[in-house]
Amino acid sequence: MDAKDILGLPKTPLPITQEKKPRPQKDSQRKPDGISREVYALTGGLAPLMPSIDASQLKRRPPSDEKITWQWLPFTSSARKDDLQLYHWVRVVNGVPPTGDYSFAKYNKSVDVIKYTDEEYEKYLTDPVWTKEETDQLFDLCERFDLRFIVIADRFPTFRTVEELKDRYYSVSRAILIARAPSPGEVAGHPLVKEPYNVSQETERKRALSMVLSQTKQQERKDAEVLAEAKRIAESRMAAQGAEEPDLPVTSDIGPESVERAIGHGDTISPSSVQVPSAAVAPSTSIMADNASTLASLRMLRVYLRTYALEQMVQAASSSAGLRTIKRVEQTLQDLEVNLKPKVPTKAVCAEHLELRKEILTLLNLQKQLQYKEAEGSSFRDGSYGDMPGTPKRSHRVVDQDRTFVPDAISFGGERAGKREQKRKGPGRVSETPSSPAHKRPRKMKALDL
Amino acid sequence: MAAPKSLQEHDSYGNVSYAIISSNPNALQTCPGPSSKKHGPDQPDISGAALKSQHTKMGKPEDTERKKKLKDVEISVPIVYGNAAFWLGKKASEYQSHKWTVYVRGATNEDLSVVVKRVVFQLHSSFNNPTRVVESAPFELSESGWGEFEIAITLYFHNDVCEKPLNLYHHLKLYPEDESGPMSIKKPVVVEFYNEIVFTEPSESFLARVQNYPAVTFPRLPAGFTLPSSAPIEDESKRKRGDTKDHPLNQWFLNFSEADELLQLAAARQQVQAHIAKLRRQISVIDGQNQQFKSSSDQ
Repeated sequence: MDAKDILGLPKTPLPITQEKKPRPQKDSQRKPDGISREVYALTGGLAPLMPSIDASQLKRRPPSDEKITWQWLPFTSSARKDDLQLYHWVRVVNGVPPTGDYSFAKYNKSVDVIKYTDEEYEKYLTDPVWTKEETDQLFDLCERFDLRFIVIADRFPTFRTVEELKDRYYSVSRAILIARAPSPGEVAGHPLVKEPYNVSQETERKRALSMVLSQTKQQERKDAEVLAEAKRIAESRMAAQGAEEPDLPVTSDIGPESVERAIGHGDTISPSSVQVPSAAVAPSTSIMADNASTLASLRMLRVYLRTYALEQMVQAASSSAGLRTIKRVEQTLQDLEVNLKPKVPTKAVCAEHLELRKEILTLLNLQKQLQYKEAEGSSFRDGSYGDMPGTPKRSHRVVDQDRTFVPDAISFGGERAGKREQKRKGPGRVSETPSSPAHKRPRKMKALDL
Repeated sequence: MAAPKSLQEHDSYGNVSYAIISSNPNALQTCPGPSSKKHGPDQPDISGAALKSQHTKMGKPEDTERKKKLKDVEISVPIVYGNAAFWLGKKASEYQSHKWTVYVRGATNEDLSVVVKRVVFQLHSSFNNPTRVVESAPFELSESGWGEFEIAITLYFHNDVCEKPLNLYHHLKLYPEDESGPMSIKKPVVVEFYNEIVFTEPSESFLARVQNYPAVTFPRLPAGFTLPSSAPIEDESKRKRGDTKDHPLNQWFLNFSEADELLQLAAARQQVQAHIAKLRRQISVIDGQNQQFKSSSDQ
């Protein structure tokens, strides 16, 4: 309206018609019956395509023929052993209060903990490590706490681990079951009898689980790599020694155990120092295994082309590397002015080519390692809030001198003097560097300062 | 699955089960084609048979003695394959613009027929009788046409060499790389590739037969191993025809010298090794520093 005034335009003619128009529109818009206007407006003021709730139902719900009152009445629960009377609101229909047990009583389940007599104890259940008193206490707690062993372990008077308690409980129950059963066959189907509790396995399992849970991201990655390689070793062993089938279960058994040892090893000693040997050992064994299996398969062919053989060997050697690494290897080869596929693939040339590729892979791995180490070093430095500009700059300079054909990634390694630099890391940073908590602290403080 | 034992699925008795791929117990196959890149499940059977026993798999009972295989000995035959194409110039028509020859020759122009029995060139389906068989050296095929296409070259070897054929693929090249340059009637467009055919575990008879032929790179035999003397070399005239030393296209053949490539590879390796050594030094320096940090910030 003001705009029209300003512009000097005449106001809309026929103000009378103006009044009439919006009103019928509004009426037709106000569709809802039984829903308040505001609620209807939530749908956007339009009727939904599909009626979700029949609008007429909404108001009609309270049945007109019944008289409903709410009363504050006492009740008892069958779940309780005493006669405690509590009060609650009850929906009374036509003056008749509801009957029946307290509706939640049915959820009061408990475990059937076996009760043994003293006789039975003497006969079947004596144990060098457990006294009768302790066993009684254990069973009492088990009953009170419904076999929640963590709670039981906390409340047990003498110190016992959860696994020990479980072991005692399950072996006692099992022994009683078997003793009481008229014939062994009848109880053989009982889960306790079929699958006895294995303490050592449980302890082992929980230890491994906690190890896995407490691994850092790096360790997780390392483990994944080692596992993949162990798998490959097992598979290639099967391929190469296919004739000696009886040995297969043995080798594959050894595989996971040595993998586990490697993982355990990695945890107890600091990660960085273990990375190098495990990283070195694992790839070399897997590469040797790959080579062996490739050679074996080539021999199977009886006749093949030298180029085909080279392709297979290259594939085997780079099997542990991702696509990105392979591209970097090829880029390096190009920078060195070496043909990606040899022009004269004689035996000697192919061998040299393969060795060169392997060496380039080693080179790239070392570069990555160096990055890791430098990142670690910087995190240590920042964690102590100290600046050591001398050392990183030195290594950076050394790296710079070798800039003949080094790919770009290496240049990220050096610049880390001072906390301010960290903010610039952003998306351009090579993603492989682990972000330790020490990095995050200074950033957070800066954010708060704002 | 190679997962740590304690985290793996185990049945009620704590036994761990592994899936073991069972080898195919069916009849042994000889030489699966080189184009297949899988290690099929029948491999272990063949290796078992070859490693454990010296029995023949080639179904010729009378040659059992001669068919003994030698492990870790390989024979290689260096070959060059490719094509030469001449533009027909004035005589070129729309469908016959070039005259080309596709061939397989010994790398040093020696006669390949000591090893190769016949070569089959599979041409584009638009050619009449696209499957061309060449029964004798020189193994080549000449045709005229206008288009470039992939030719499948299959080499069949003599029975004592290998029963399975070997496939090569060559993309016929008619037009020069430099498209803007003039096309010459005199100078052909030549594209050649060097490769080596490797025969693993050659039979004694094979070794004996080829021991005096220059087309074949003869391996060093294990100590104390003697071959029966070979059959007398076929007469000169017969042998001469099969080699390509006087081939009309000889002047266009490319030279393949491994020396250059070896030199280049050696230089590259040296560079890489030097760089590796430097990196190792740097890493040990930083390791030392990090150790200091760790010991100083003990919590």
